[in-house]
Amino acid sequence: MSAFLEIEGLTAHYGDFKALFGVDLTLDQGQTLAIIGANGAGKTTLMRAITGIARVTGGSIRLAGRDIARLPAPDILTAGIAMVPEGRRLFPSLTVEENLQIGAHARKGSGFWTLERIYTLFPILRERRTQPGTALSGGQQQMVAIGRALMSNPTVLLCDELSLGLAPVVIREIYAAFPTIRQSGTAIVVVEQDIGQALKVADHVHCMMEGRITLSGRPQDLSRAAIHDAYFGVNHA
Amino acid sequence: MIWLDTLVQGVMLGGLYALFAAGLSLVFGIMRLVNLAHGDLIVLGAYLILGIGTATGLNPFLAAALALPVMFAFGWLLQTALLNRVLGDDILPPLLVTFGLSVVIQNVLLQSMTADSRKLPVGPVESASLPLGPVTVGVMPLLTFGSAIVVILALNWLFYHTALGRAFRATSDDPVTAQLMGIRPRRIFAIATGIALVVATIAALYLGARANFDPSIGPARLLYAFEAVIIGGLGSLWGTLAGGMVIGVAQAFGAALNPEWQILAGHIAFVAVLLVRPRGLFPRAND
Repeated sequence: MSAFLEIEGLTAHYGDFKALFGVDLTLDQGQTLAIIGANGAGKTTLMRAITGIARVTGGSIRLAGRDIARLPAPDILTAGIAMVPEGRRLFPSLTVEENLQIGAHARKGSGFWTLERIYTLFPILRERRTQPGTALSGGQQQMVAIGRALMSNPTVLLCDELSLGLAPVVIREIYAAFPTIRQSGTAIVVVEQDIGQALKVADHVHCMMEGRITLSGRPQDLSRAAIHDAYFGVNHA
Repeated sequence: MIWLDTLVQGVMLGGLYALFAAGLSLVFGIMRLVNLAHGDLIVLGAYLILGIGTATGLNPFLAAALALPVMFAFGWLLQTALLNRVLGDDILPPLLVTFGLSVVIQNVLLQSMTADSRKLPVGPVESASLPLGPVTVGVMPLLTFGSAIVVILALNWLFYHTALGRAFRATSDDPVTAQLMGIRPRRIFAIATGIALVVATIAALYLGARANFDPSIGPARLLYAFEAVIIGGLGSLWGTLAGGMVIGVAQAFGAALNPEWQILAGHIAFVAVLLVRPRGLFPRAND
């Protein structure tokens, strides 16, 4: 059986700069995948290419058998891929509730995720719902960003650097929502610099370096030394 | 009492300037596009109302109602076919294109409608007035001001109580992230320009009903609109009304002192407000 999300030989550019060099990865329904790597490894470019924000110049991205590699970003969301962007990027002129509602802008029909379910997942957001999204703490903003992405009822949720700039206790609180998200049938791709956190939540890990995947495997099958070497580009040969 | 009367007339005139400015403010607020053809589009709207009225025999108010959807469609097409192509990080291309559009509209109107001054025949309401306490106010100025209030209330309702308004604000904040929400910024921009031209057509009705117009008066209307938007604070609709009233009151008092000072007084008020509040009276917090 083929995977739910299949990426083959993906290349992407920022202007003239080639940022991804033939990336391959697969994701099954309900699975959690972690992509780790240092700054500039190409993780965010990969997320942006999947969601149609970065220009794909080669390869394919298949979602449930359909090639979505060159679709515009709104069509990719409609196809079922939502993203929590790096830095949250909440809309400053919208309240918390409006930020959540805008996530459902393109949704057709009902689905598992509703405002009520988001407020159950992150109860603090109900109390803050009339405040501007950007007036919240970093952790609460991250909750809004996750809730906003879930409001489209995605089949794949891409999370770019969830832990960036957050205290460990807040990171744990945010990752505690993952089992509920997975139970809703949504597969998750997490981009993380925090290796420990990534290994804890993922069924499968890919390490990226200079626009290429340099190591892949299940967390329990990868040694700390192998991850360390792939992360920092150490070659013992 | 003459000063109170002057103040009231100035406030009423401010309503007309707010109508000139509301569409400009809407377009700038959403897509950061400075439309140098806005004044000419208002004049185009006035000619369209005149044309519909002449062809059908309808009163200008009814003719304007027919012109509204036509101007919405024209705004949509203009944005989709032309302005969306030049929007980007560089602000110069849209400025040049809308400047060119302004010249084209003026010349097409000059060629097709001649340079003769025209006026919309609204009938007896033109000279009707109402006593309001110690002052007497013309029905047309009152209608103009009332329309400005209604337009701004409607635009605020659209912005803050509808899904389209949320999409407008989200696109204005961050068009790239808006795409991740399934929003198509170019489509949003086309709707915004369509709505801006609907407001411009309402402004055109009162422009043509209250004074003569000809193909060359667009740039001066643009100037008043700019001043109203900047005095009010970029992107703020109520601020735009306040800005229009500041210019209107200044012009009314300037004219009361000396008719030659009317226009100059409005420009001096504009500079004076900017000296005290460089970001305008009601700037948006996140600009």
